[in-house]
Amino acid sequence: MKDIANIMEIQDFSFTYPKAENPSLKNINLPIKENHITALIGPSGCGKSTLLRAMNRIHDLYPGCHYEGAIKLKNQDGSIGNILDIKKENDFIALRQRVGMIFQKPTPFPMTIYENIAYGLRIAGIKNKNDLEEIIVKSLQDAALWNEVKDRLHQDARGLSGGQQQRLCITRVVALKPDLMLFDEPTSALDPISTLAIEEMILGLKEKYSIAIVTHNMQQASRISDYTAFMYLGDLVEFNDTDVMFTNPKEQQTNNYITGKFG
Amino acid sequence: MRLLINKLVLGLSSLAAVIGLVFLGWILITLIIKGSEALSPYIFTHDLINNGIRNLLFGQFVLAGLATIIGIPIGIMAGIYLQEYSNGSKYADFIRDLSDVMMSAPSIVIGTFVYAVVVMPTGHTAGWAGVFALFVMMLPIVVRATDDMLSLVPTELREAGIAIGASKYHVIVNIILRAAKVGIVTGLILAFARVVGETAPLLYTSGSSVYWSTDLSDTFPSITVSIYNLATMPDDKMVQLAWAAALVLTFFVLILNLLGRYIIREKHH
Amino acid sequence: MEKIFARLSQVSASLVFVVLVSTLVTLYISAKPAIEEFGAKFLIDARWGVDVPIEPPSSDHKPAQQASQSSVSNAHLDNGTNAGDEDDGINVGDDDDGINVGGDGVVSNAPHKEVFGGAVAIVGTVFSTIIALLFAVPLAMGIAIFLSEIAAPAISKPVGIAIELLAAIPSIIYGMWGLFYFGPFIASIFGGHSVSLLVAGLVLGVMVIPFMAALSRDAINTTPDVLKEAAYAVGATKFEVIKDVVFPYAKAGIIGSIIISLGRALGETMAVAFVIGGVFEFAKSVTDPTNSIPVVLANNFSESSGLSLASLFYLSLILFVVSFIVIFTAKHYFLRRGK
Repeated sequence: MKDIANIMEIQDFSFTYPKAENPSLKNINLPIKENHITALIGPSGCGKSTLLRAMNRIHDLYPGCHYEGAIKLKNQDGSIGNILDIKKENDFIALRQRVGMIFQKPTPFPMTIYENIAYGLRIAGIKNKNDLEEIIVKSLQDAALWNEVKDRLHQDARGLSGGQQQRLCITRVVALKPDLMLFDEPTSALDPISTLAIEEMILGLKEKYSIAIVTHNMQQASRISDYTAFMYLGDLVEFNDTDVMFTNPKEQQTNNYITGKFG
Repeated sequence: MRLLINKLVLGLSSLAAVIGLVFLGWILITLIIKGSEALSPYIFTHDLINNGIRNLLFGQFVLAGLATIIGIPIGIMAGIYLQEYSNGSKYADFIRDLSDVMMSAPSIVIGTFVYAVVVMPTGHTAGWAGVFALFVMMLPIVVRATDDMLSLVPTELREAGIAIGASKYHVIVNIILRAAKVGIVTGLILAFARVVGETAPLLYTSGSSVYWSTDLSDTFPSITVSIYNLATMPDDKMVQLAWAAALVLTFFVLILNLLGRYIIREKHH
Repeated sequence: MEKIFARLSQVSASLVFVVLVSTLVTLYISAKPAIEEFGAKFLIDARWGVDVPIEPPSSDHKPAQQASQSSVSNAHLDNGTNAGDEDDGINVGDDDDGINVGGDGVVSNAPHKEVFGGAVAIVGTVFSTIIALLFAVPLAMGIAIFLSEIAAPAISKPVGIAIELLAAIPSIIYGMWGLFYFGPFIASIFGGHSVSLLVAGLVLGVMVIPFMAALSRDAINTTPDVLKEAAYAVGATKFEVIKDVVFPYAKAGIIGSIIISLGRALGETMAVAFVIGGVFEFAKSVTDPTNSIPVVLANNFSESSGLSLASLFYLSLILFVVSFIVIFTAKHYFLRRGK
């Protein structure tokens, strides 16, 4: 494995849901590499989404979650902070602006296409109309969505097709220039063509962004990711280069899963 | 034999449906025929003292309208608490149960409650007492409508808002309420329609007046209470006026209900 | 701002609780003189505003006239000091006969008091509700089954909307219709008065039909199609599917809708006020006029004071508690939110 800087390092991390007796994640150690795509794979219930949702602590919307270990995130100035130490509302907000998330189903806000992108920017403090306009147009162009929506920027975003909605949601996050982007099965609700468009978009993003993606689709993981982590029953079984993982995995369990013997 | 029983039962339930509809049709037709006898532009431009219903309509809408204006913000806030801030606590379930109970509480009991806390201490009926009684009726309806509509907003939308760095307050106000807007507005229209036709809570809180009034600290005109009074008078003219008033009131309530449905249906297009 | 908003929302939610508790407390406090005076006997005493003589503590030359009355006066003696302080004029303790002039000749010289009992209104409420349910349940179930299982969508949709609209019609309209048309119609068939327990029950029934039918239909509609299809696939008739699949599946919802309708019928005022007669007498037959709790409240409140007012609040409290229990049962056991 090449020596690449980590944007995030998960160390001895365990996670227990509210009111649950046993942890859903046990002693996870996983690096997320800068400007690369890391895929999290594994059968349903293995904890891959749970882990992803810990990376921006969205779990904390529901009180009573229990964390152990550390999730270290590299700050822009090079210093490193443990996001599990965050207690204050304002720090949570700052964290989530730096660690963006895209969900399984498209989540356009109930407003216009333009406002969908402007909303996050305004919250981040960008209020100047010209600046907003500029960033929004630029983001849509980068996302190859501009041609499709330029004539209806001020129409309700919920009128877009599912694939367009999802690309808008990605654009919405990209506009905030996050340090890390989390994708939680972003194509599972979409048709094959839309899926391809999203995959291309994600591949294009890794030049500038660090990405972690949860997917139940092994082909997708092998197509787009540089590193793959295989999880099973709350354990991280194997973390490796994607090429190695899908051709010559170290662990027998990984081999069984990727060859379709279970899962 | 089985097929015979099948036919018989299906026939019986269709018959039950027909009988039920006949009764309901009977009421509506009676209302329309009797109501239209005294219906004329005159009654809309004159107060009850001159055998019109202008002050009654105005009074009823003021009472129900004010109750709505006070009930909406409080009810919506309470609904927001139940769905967004309570985190599914036992207390929230408890408040939901209480709202359900309050929603179905006999309206006359609410009238007696308001009589005891407002009318008895002040010694006379007043518009505000009527407003208060209708507000008490309204509150649980708005709470539950908001609660239900917010529960239909997908969790992902909340998480997406949080994930973009919005605070909980921003997510609620800018995203969730907006997503649930249509449903909530419908709920509010239906809530208004429900209280505007109420009689029992107003009987001895606002009472009813034959004069035009804008003074809520005094007895206030109410169309429902006046219908009750007029319909039991021995004077045929008054009974006719009661029917006309009943028709107008029913018409308004039904229009509001249809409007509520229309808005919901528009949303699904 | 953030915190204030969260706090305000919590306070608003608690307001529901506050209003409910203050209703209970207010009714209790207002009813207290009557509760102390009559106790649980109020529930079975059929007299309303009747003068009865009481036995002065020291006078042994006036024997008790009737056994039942002596127990009433004993009850009064227990609380005599309290009641005397609070209520002036109405209570017997202060020998003010001015109020009690209506009493019959036998006791006109003795101290007497007014007795209030809720039995007539309670019995009237119970029976009018029973009649209403007996009438409404079969019809409402027929409509619900017709709408969800029999009629084609082209029919069931407009009819369904019509039913829901009828549920929204103010109850006073049902009362007027009952007074002027339905009551005389019933009297011409069954004889008796055009205002009676029977008419009141039937008008109530007609009023809750749309409500009950709409709720039951919604409950029936929750039956998954695959379940019904599976039953049809083994050769069941429509009736058998309804009886063996739909009803068992929707049972809780249907029972819940009946109980909710029962709660509505119990507390309904205006539909009944026109047609029950409003007299404080038990109905000897169903075609006689009688009274119900909401109607007693509606008709007598403005003219009451002192003990009679407290008695009305006592009735109101009883109605509130009963409907509270009915609705809570329905919601809690049958209409649990699907979570």
